[in-house]
Amino acid sequence: MTDIKRRDFFKLMGGAAGLALAGCAGAPMVSSTGEMMPKTGRRVVVIGGGYGGTIAAKYVRMSDPSIEVVLVEKSKQFVSCPFSNLVIGGSYQIGDITIGYDKLASNHGVKVVHQEVTGIDAGAKKVVTAGGTLSYDRLIVSPGIGFRFEELEGYDPKATPSAMPHAWKAGEQTTILRRQLEAMKDGGTAIIAVPTTPYRCPPGPYERASQMAWYFKQAKPKSKIIILDANPDVTSKGALFKKGWDKHYKGMIEFRGNNKVVKVDHKKMAVDTGVEEIKGDVVNVIPPQRAADIAIKAGLVGEDKKWCPVDATTFESTIAKGIHVIGDACIAGAMPKSGYSANSEAKVCALNVVALMNGKEPIPLSGINTCYSFLTDKEAVSVAAVYKVDGGKIVSVKGAGGVSPDLSTLEAQYARSWIKNILVEMST
Amino acid sequence: MTRKWKYLAALTGGMLLSASVVAAEPSPAMLANACGGCHGTNGASAGPSMPTIGGQSAIAIAEAMKGFKSGDRPATVMGRIAKGYSDAEIDAMSKYLASQKWVGVGQRADAAMVAKGKDLHDKNCKRCHLENGKEFDENATVLAGQWLEYLQIQMDDYASGSRKMSEKKAERMKKLSRQELEALAQFYASQK
Ligand SMILES: Cc1cc2nc3c(=O)[nH]c(=O)nc-3n(C[C@H](O)[C@H](O)[C@H](O)COP(=O)(O)OP(=O)(O)OC[C@H]3O[C@@H](n4cnc5c(N)ncnc54)[C@H](O)[C@@H]3O)c2cc1C
Ligand code: HEC
Repeated sequence: MTDIKRRDFFKLMGGAAGLALAGCAGAPMVSSTGEMMPKTGRRVVVIGGGYGGTIAAKYVRMSDPSIEVVLVEKSKQFVSCPFSNLVIGGSYQIGDITIGYDKLASNHGVKVVHQEVTGIDAGAKKVVTAGGTLSYDRLIVSPGIGFRFEELEGYDPKATPSAMPHAWKAGEQTTILRRQLEAMKDGGTAIIAVPTTPYRCPPGPYERASQMAWYFKQAKPKSKIIILDANPDVTSKGALFKKGWDKHYKGMIEFRGNNKVVKVDHKKMAVDTGVEEIKGDVVNVIPPQRAADIAIKAGLVGEDKKWCPVDATTFESTIAKGIHVIGDACIAGAMPKSGYSANSEAKVCALNVVALMNGKEPIPLSGINTCYSFLTDKEAVSVAAVYKVDGGKIVSVKGAGGVSPDLSTLEAQYARSWIKNILVEMST
Repeated sequence: MTRKWKYLAALTGGMLLSASVVAAEPSPAMLANACGGCHGTNGASAGPSMPTIGGQSAIAIAEAMKGFKSGDRPATVMGRIAKGYSDAEIDAMSKYLASQKWVGVGQRADAAMVAKGKDLHDKNCKRCHLENGKEFDENATVLAGQWLEYLQIQMDDYASGSRKMSEKKAERMKKLSRQELEALAQFYASQK
């Protein structure tokens, strides 16, 4: 807590003690630390300052500046997963994909609070953090993913990721994986374990294999990559990835479908598919996934206990009123778990949160997803789709979308601008 | 949303989605916001190859989108995206984007090339691309401060013949060499 916030906090405790007490009555879940910032007008709280949350916060402010927006994010900086595979390959640096939050505050008046949300009290409309509680009129939750470590025998959530990085949340994990590749001997084996769908970024593991191979080809050409995939085949852009691997990395990448890793041993650097144990010099285990911890804790996940069911137009939780879930954590019909989807969902959600708060009808969804994947440092492919709501579900518009006809340097040129634009959109 | 649509939405409200009563059509902002993940907030691109489309002429945006949709205009990704919208939706989002501020970025360019480009502009282009490309005439585009890499890609497409031109434009463009097209691109990119 900064000094200013601490002062506000005491002011509130003194001045509005009666109100705070009334608000807490019948809500024993809320911690007794009290309200962190006094709510003076209508307020939207956003949890998570990533691909979805930054955009939701900014677009609520852009469409109705009379609504106060508080963005709660645990980290001071955000490192993008998109293009983190290029950091692993070596053609981008981590600084190229790191953004801060100061301009969201100065340009749009978004109030940014760096705290971890530990609980949500849907009844009292409060978010709980170690620094105090925050009241809201509507809450937008975009916390990303969590891991189902418990499904991997031998996985120690503390020790395993430093030996066998997942690098499926970017930052330190990305750097560990890159360093391990740099330290590996020529002729070594890197393993990538891909979980069952749905997981964050369907083409991500195959782009990662391509970027590892791009690095090996220059620095350690005798090395190999084995993809152990829980799914039967490459889950996205399969034909294009295989074409690119054949063109650039013949014999270097071995794809094994229906090879679900069920057991890991980070001391032996081995993974087990139940049929065979395989050892690697670098082992990138991507664990199976679910919505982030806070979504589980707050009871926002559905019967599958993994993902959050939402209304297809407003992204309001079908479980908890007044709480909207966007991004990877939610079930968004045909929209995949991607950064572009999260960006698009955030804008739909923001417009409709504003509509609902102003007593207006929700506006029908129109959304886009595009995912670029790099085969080398200079060639990329993409998949695109346009979305609408039909029969209460998000569906892709027929006749639109699809994948690139071929590997393309022009698409790579546009993709480099895409990452720049989307990160600028999130941070200014 | 027009009054008529609101009225219709109210009439059919009971038959719509069970979870929430939804207006009949996506609003222009709803349609156009989705483009911002690539083209920037309100269509103002941060570059270096993604074109700025906010504040562009509404006719030019709609014409581009319809060209992408039919396949008449070459594209890497826009063809796949434009096919997702009706002509009425394209017109609505084009008007919305056109009403945004044009954020041209005057880029550093080679001074000799800029001078040469200015000369070529005055001789060939200024009747439609008014005020050194800052203003437009009918379906001509705003070019001043558009991103250089994007202008270069477009010049390539014109030179190779993959991007079609109107007769009046072709008459001027066909005479220009690759180097002259590059000078024009640098001139427009350098304008604010
Ligand atoms: C290797 C890789 C490559 C990818 N490439 C692409 C790509 O090219 N294109 C693409 O579109 N997508 C890509 N993705 C997918 C993309 O990263 C995700 O879909 C996107 O980040 C989802 O956005 P989100 O807002 O749901 O979550 P995130 O962007 O992860 O944001 C969640 C934020 O919430 C914060 N948070 C979580 N819990 C709390 C809490 N309790 N309190 C406070 N803060 C909290 C986190 O710190 C984080 O900042 C890729 C993913 C990976 C792993
Ligand atoms: C995936 C990124 C992406 C998305 C999303 C996207 N565009 Fe584009 N846009 C491009 C690229 C790249 C080009 C250059 C043509 C090409 O190669 O597809 C372009 C070109 C254009 C042009 C031509 C600009 C000019 O002056 O020549 C217009 C107009 C346009 N887009 C409008 C839109 C609209 C409207 C949307 C939203 C419905 C949209 N775009 C969504 C990437 C995107």
